[in-house]
This record gives sequence, C-alpha cells and structure tokens, in this order.
Amino acid sequence: MRRRLATPRTGGLLALAVVIAVLPAFLPNNFYFDVMILVGLNAIVCIGLNLLVGYAGQISLGHAGFFGLGAYSSAILTSTYDWPPIAALLAGAAGVGLLAFAVARPIMKLRGHYLAMGTLGLGIIISIILTQEVDLTGGPDGMPVYGFSILGWEPSGVLVWYWIVGGLLLLTVWLALNIVESPVGRALRAVHGSEAAAQTMGVDVVHYKVLVFVVSAVLASIAGSVFVHYIGFVTPSEAGFIHSIELITMVVLGGLASIYGAVVGAAILTTLPQLLTFLHDYEMLGFGAIMMGVMIFLPRGLVPTTARLLRDRTR
Amino acid sequence: MLTEFLQFLLSGITVGATYALVGVGFSIIYNASQVINFAQGEFVMLGGMMTWFLFDAAGLPLAVAVPLAIAGTVVVGVALEKFAIEPARNASIVTLIIITIGASIFLRGSAQLVWGRDFHAVPALSGDAPINLSGVALNPQSLWVVGSTLVVIVLLHWFFSRTMTGRAMRAVAFNRLAAQLAGVNNRRILMFSFGLSAALGALAGVLIAPITLTYPDVGIMLGLKGFCAAILGGLGYPYGAIVGGLIVGISEAMTAGYISSAYKDAVAFVIILLTLFFMPNGLFGRRGVERV
Repeated sequence: MRRRLATPRTGGLLALAVVIAVLPAFLPNNFYFDVMILVGLNAIVCIGLNLLVGYAGQISLGHAGFFGLGAYSSAILTSTYDWPPIAALLAGAAGVGLLAFAVARPIMKLRGHYLAMGTLGLGIIISIILTQEVDLTGGPDGMPVYGFSILGWEPSGVLVWYWIVGGLLLLTVWLALNIVESPVGRALRAVHGSEAAAQTMGVDVVHYKVLVFVVSAVLASIAGSVFVHYIGFVTPSEAGFIHSIELITMVVLGGLASIYGAVVGAAILTTLPQLLTFLHDYEMLGFGAIMMGVMIFLPRGLVPTTARLLRDRTR
Repeated sequence: MLTEFLQFLLSGITVGATYALVGVGFSIIYNASQVINFAQGEFVMLGGMMTWFLFDAAGLPLAVAVPLAIAGTVVVGVALEKFAIEPARNASIVTLIIITIGASIFLRGSAQLVWGRDFHAVPALSGDAPINLSGVALNPQSLWVVGSTLVVIVLLHWFFSRTMTGRAMRAVAFNRLAAQLAGVNNRRILMFSFGLSAALGALAGVLIAPITLTYPDVGIMLGLKGFCAAILGGLGYPYGAIVGGLIVGISEAMTAGYISSAYKDAVAFVIILLTLFFMPNGLFGRRGVERV
C-alpha cells in the first residue's frame, strides 16, 4: 500500500486531487478563483506540450496556435452557427487533430532549431489568419462567445467553473501518466534518447512522433474551447507567438519530462504576473529577469530538481 | 507596370537587406555556440532607440549618435553572453532558447521603462527627398541600407578569411574541441560573436529606423524574420542568411504589392515552412548526418 502511494500514478494523483479539493477553502475571493481556473487550463495545455517536448524531445514554439484554433472553433461555431457548445468543442478538437496529423509528418522530420522554426512559423501563420479574416473572427478586436451548456445545464459562477477545470485537469494528468507508463511512453523516451537506436530496436519513430504531436495539439484545442466559454471573449493574441512562448516556458520551468512539473510551471507562470503587478512599470523587466534566472540556476526545472534533492536527503 | 514592379523590388531589397543583417547575426552566434539568440531582434531595437535618444534627447550630431548607439548595443550583447549564456553553457537547447527569450523580454521591458512605449522617428542619414529614377522613387535611405549591407558583406568576408580571429571563429564552428586543442580561446570567441552580432543588429536598427520608425517592440517581428532568413539559408552559413534575407524581403514586398498587404507578415513563414518541408536543412545547409 505504502509503495503504491509513493508512485506518481496513485499517490501523486491523489495528492493533486486533495489540493484541488481543499484549495477553495483558502481562496479569499473570485479573483483568486479566476486565476486558479486559468492555471488549470494552462496546465492542461502544458501537460500535452510536455509529452511532446519533455518525453519525445521535440520542441514546439507554436502550440498557442492549436489553443487559438480550438478557441476560435468554439467561438465561431457556437456564436455564428448556433452549434451546441459540446459539439463545437469536439468538432474543434477533431479539426485541430486532423490539421496536426496532416502537418506532423513533414514537421516532425525537422530537428533542433529547424523544428523550432517550423513550429514557430506554423503558430504565427495561424495567428495571422485569425487576425486578418475579420468577417469570420472579428479581426484584432476579437469576438464575444456565449457561455457553455451541456444537455440544458449552463455552468455559471467561478466555483462551478473551478470544479469543471479541476476535473478536466485531473483527467488530463491521469491520461498523461498512463501514456507515460505505457509502451507508448517507453517508445517516446527511446525516441528522445536516440532516434537511431530506437529505430534499430523496432520502434516506429515517425508513428510515435506524429501520435504525440496530435495528442498535444488536441489537448491544447480542448483547453482553448473551455477557455473561451469561461472568459466569454476571444482575441487573436491567444494564438500568438508570445502565448506560445509562455506555454513552453511553463513546461521548461516546471521541468521537462515531468507531468506534475507542467502543472507547477503553469501555476507559477500564471500567478507570477498577478503577483508582479505591484512592480508596475518594472513588470516586464522583472518577468524576463526571473525567466533567465530560473533557467540559468535550475536548468532542469523546478520539480525534477526538487525531487532529486529530496531523494538525496532521504538516502 | 514595370515601374510598379521595380518599385516593389526596391522596397523588397531594402527590407531584405535588414533581414539579412539580422540573419547573419543569428548565424554567427550559432556557429560559435550552437545557441539561437532570440534577443537578436532586441539588438535591432536598441540600435534604433539609442540613436533616437542620443540624437533627439541628448542633442548629439547623428555622426556621433550612430557609432555610440552601435557601441552601446555591443556592450549589451557582450553582457548578455557573459551573464546569461556563459553560466548556462551545458544546458539543453530548449533551456538556452528560453534564456535568450527571457533576455529579449528583459531588454524590451528595460527599453519601455527608460524610453517609454511611444513610436519615435529617427532622421534619415542623408535627407528623405526621394530620388526619381525614370518613374521609380528611390528613398535615399534605401541606398544607405543596401550600400551598408554590401560593405558589411565584404568586410565580413575579409574578416572570416584573412584575420586570425575570423579564422578561429570558423574553426570553432567546424569543430569546437579541435579548435580548442589547437589553442583557440573558445570563451573569447563566444563573447566576440555576441559583440559582432549585436553590432550587426544595431546597424540594421539604425538603418531601418528612419523607414519604419522605432519603438520597444520593433524587434519582435524583425528578429523572427531574421531567424527565417538564417534558417532559409541554412543555419550557420552567413552567406546563406544574406540570400535568405533577400528572398524573404522581396517576396514580402511582392505579396504586399500584388496580392494582399494583410498577409505580408505571413509570407516569410509560409516560405520557410514550404522550404523546410522539402529541404529540412534550408537551401544551402548540409544534410546532417547523425553520429550515434
């Protein structure tokens, strides 16, 4: 029993569930709930992104593009075409999955900085299209979005949204942990270690790279859909380069190849700007300095570094 | 019809030359360190902003303000290497990318703090009365941009083939360990590369500012397009970056002129994606052989 509790799949998931369940008691007002909901949504995107970057070793500087596509699919299908929100969410996820599948093969052929450029380019093209197709998307000003509803039930109020996002986050963590500990996860790590060696051992390298790229894109799309229904508004900046950078920074800050690292990274980088507002004009400067400092002194990320420290101490 | 085409070509070459300068900066740093410096666009911004500040606010003549602005940017570039890249020498590619992105946010934040968020005009180096070439209006600043880029290319060629430091830089790019064994001081080369790239970026900033204006965020897109130029030409090939820059600049101008100015900014990225799909190492890059 104790051994099972020490594993990330049972113990870690249980701990996260407890944190999510207990947290509302410590949140003084709606503002904090709002921040926590955003943390949860970012964490969902980052978990998918970490499967791609941390486990499979393939960088992406364009994931906000998929988030934005999911967001706009939901916005346009529900507001302009009166689709039910859940159908719009699924259609968006399916569409993004197909797009990711179509571009995955040529993009996943690229390596290192060329891959960084390819994904960055894809994200920027998506955000430019969303900005310029004014008739469809409302252009740079964005567009309003109706609330969510499923089978006639319409969630309202931050507490309800908190539980919805919290539940989705737990589901995503559970899914990701299962992927990581399955043969697929082992194959991904083999690809990360050495593609040539993985190939020699019979791992279908291309297949697994495409698979994880599609999974991470779909997760981003779903988070984007939920995000617009919660916020009630969407602008092209959700798909922009800056947002992509924020996402990848969350992943690296929390720790590559660590599911809980993605959650921690998302929590820190989402709350940090709120905490830095007291700096006023120095906010951006401070943000950049913290980003550099953490990466210089903790290049492996927070969670793996802390985990190693704890392990060394108990030994 | 023809004048229109020539007009677009001219503005394309002008912008393309700027992308080329930024792209060469990317390649030089990459060769010395395998790092992609995402703060390269901020060097461009600093060049333009410092020139504006020294000329407009401090009242220095342009001939003094420009060299001072470039020198100031070089100091920033060397400091970036010394305090952010050097301590993280053994970090992974992703970590290094994030450090340089952090640096770019830091520099943008500092610029906003010191100079505000406004747009500023920098005077053209030799007036802005257009020269009329049988119907094609030539902005004298364009001559400065293209001329300076040509001079820089010639100087760089001389530097890399004739001087000891330049040849040492090529040796490091080819095989760092072997270069070190032959007595090349890698750390000095690395610092020098950041200084040189900063100078090239700042020069691009000074040259383009009279045409595009200058403001704290001006470097974001310029930096990304310069990165496009470097990747298009094949990373680590400074001459490839020049060709890449011109291709990107000219296609952008043609798209804006003939198709749609709304999608001007997307052109560079469409070109880069299509090229990489068929040539994963850029136009002139060697096919990488993975050593196992």
